[in-house]
Amino acid sequence: MPNRKGFDESLGELRQLLTAMGDHVIEALEDAVKSLQTLDTAKAKAVVDNDYRLNEMEEKIMDIGSRLIVTQQPVAKDLRRIIVAFKISSDLERMGDLARDVAKVTLRMQGSNLIKPLVDIPRMSDIVMQMTRDSIQSYLDENTDLAHKVGNDDDQVDHMYSGMIRELHQHMMENAADGPQVMLLNLTGRYIERIADHATNIGESVVYLVTGRRPDLNN
Amino acid sequence: MSDIIRIEELNLYYEKHHALKNIGLTIQEKAVTAFIGPSGCGKSTLLRTLNRMNDMIPGTRIEGKVEIAGSDIYGDEVEVEDLRQQVGMVFQQPNPFPKSIYENVAYGPRLQGITSKSQLNEIVERSLRQSALWEEVKDYLKKSALSLSGGQQQRLCIARAIASQPDILLMDEATSALDPISTLKIEELTQDLKKDYTIVMVTHNMHQAARISDQTAFFLNGEVVESTDTTEMFSNPTDSRTEDYISGRFG
Repeated sequence: MPNRKGFDESLGELRQLLTAMGDHVIEALEDAVKSLQTLDTAKAKAVVDNDYRLNEMEEKIMDIGSRLIVTQQPVAKDLRRIIVAFKISSDLERMGDLARDVAKVTLRMQGSNLIKPLVDIPRMSDIVMQMTRDSIQSYLDENTDLAHKVGNDDDQVDHMYSGMIRELHQHMMENAADGPQVMLLNLTGRYIERIADHATNIGESVVYLVTGRRPDLNN
Repeated sequence: MSDIIRIEELNLYYEKHHALKNIGLTIQEKAVTAFIGPSGCGKSTLLRTLNRMNDMIPGTRIEGKVEIAGSDIYGDEVEVEDLRQQVGMVFQQPNPFPKSIYENVAYGPRLQGITSKSQLNEIVERSLRQSALWEEVKDYLKKSALSLSGGQQQRLCIARAIASQPDILLMDEATSALDPISTLKIEELTQDLKKDYTIVMVTHNMHQAARISDQTAFFLNGEVVESTDTTEMFSNPTDSRTEDYISGRFG
């Protein structure tokens, strides 16, 4: 049976770390997309260089959670709180990697100009940043309505991504020389769409935390 | 799995104290059922109603029904000795008789009228084997039971209880006075014994309930708050009082 005071303090620490990871992911995605819009390689490089912080925070969460399981033998919702912290931190770590991949696209552009000003990618990215914020907030407040909203927003992102692929495909048909950049932009869309999927996973974890049942918000 | 014990609208009073309040509970045959709850919640009292141990406490009054294998154990025609043969019990402190290991186990069968030496030998060996003690004591059956370690004494008490071939084995905090290794042996033993017996245990160790029971009932202030599959109870209890108790928020 957990020693409540120490246990609650450690749970508070897990919440703080997950919040910090969420903030980091949002900032990384925002900077990565901005770096692409403005072809700012210094900004992109900073995103790539800072990714290690997410890994550190994930490891810390694994350490605290493992220690709690070993020493306090939590049950029921207390146990789910830790299982969910592991799962969410792993999703956030992957989201950080994907934001880093977007920044790497900027680095791969190697000074070439954009074939057109970016419209869909920043719009998708805005929605995905909000989804990430909502997913973390739904975890902090144990709010399943907000968790479901994240799942619904994911459908919108998937829809935008499909539209973007069609448009890029069309562009490539008409401008074969832009092929390499079209491919990079396509990948960028894919990375952002994958971040949205992980935010949706976080929503699912929140529903599991609150209800003990695993929903599928990702279809 | 079928139910072997059916408790309906059971109320128990010690003088004016209402110790069990309107208990309704069924217990599955050949499974381990754990009763958990804070001190004074009624779990041991309910356990003792299952073999009428409370009858010995003056001022006890019982209303309602306890059926074992379809018969009301508080019915007029019930002989308490027969009931206790059918429902054996192991207590918190090992309580072997100050007799040899052999005589401790043969005691019940002798009371039941078995006198054949070979039959008694067979029962003693089978019971000691079932309680995972045979290998440790087979060469010392004439030694005093009191020379055994606490954990061995408790397994001897289990052997003594099952020598009478009960249907049900009640365990009232049967490992709380034992060291972790002895506790582990008794826990493993329950998993073997449940193939042949129905086990109902009271435990203060919630993780023990989580480890070894199939069903768990949570008691609070003389009432059953929640009774369900153990996995469900410890992963997703439906009542917030159960969650609070198993998570250490009170009790």
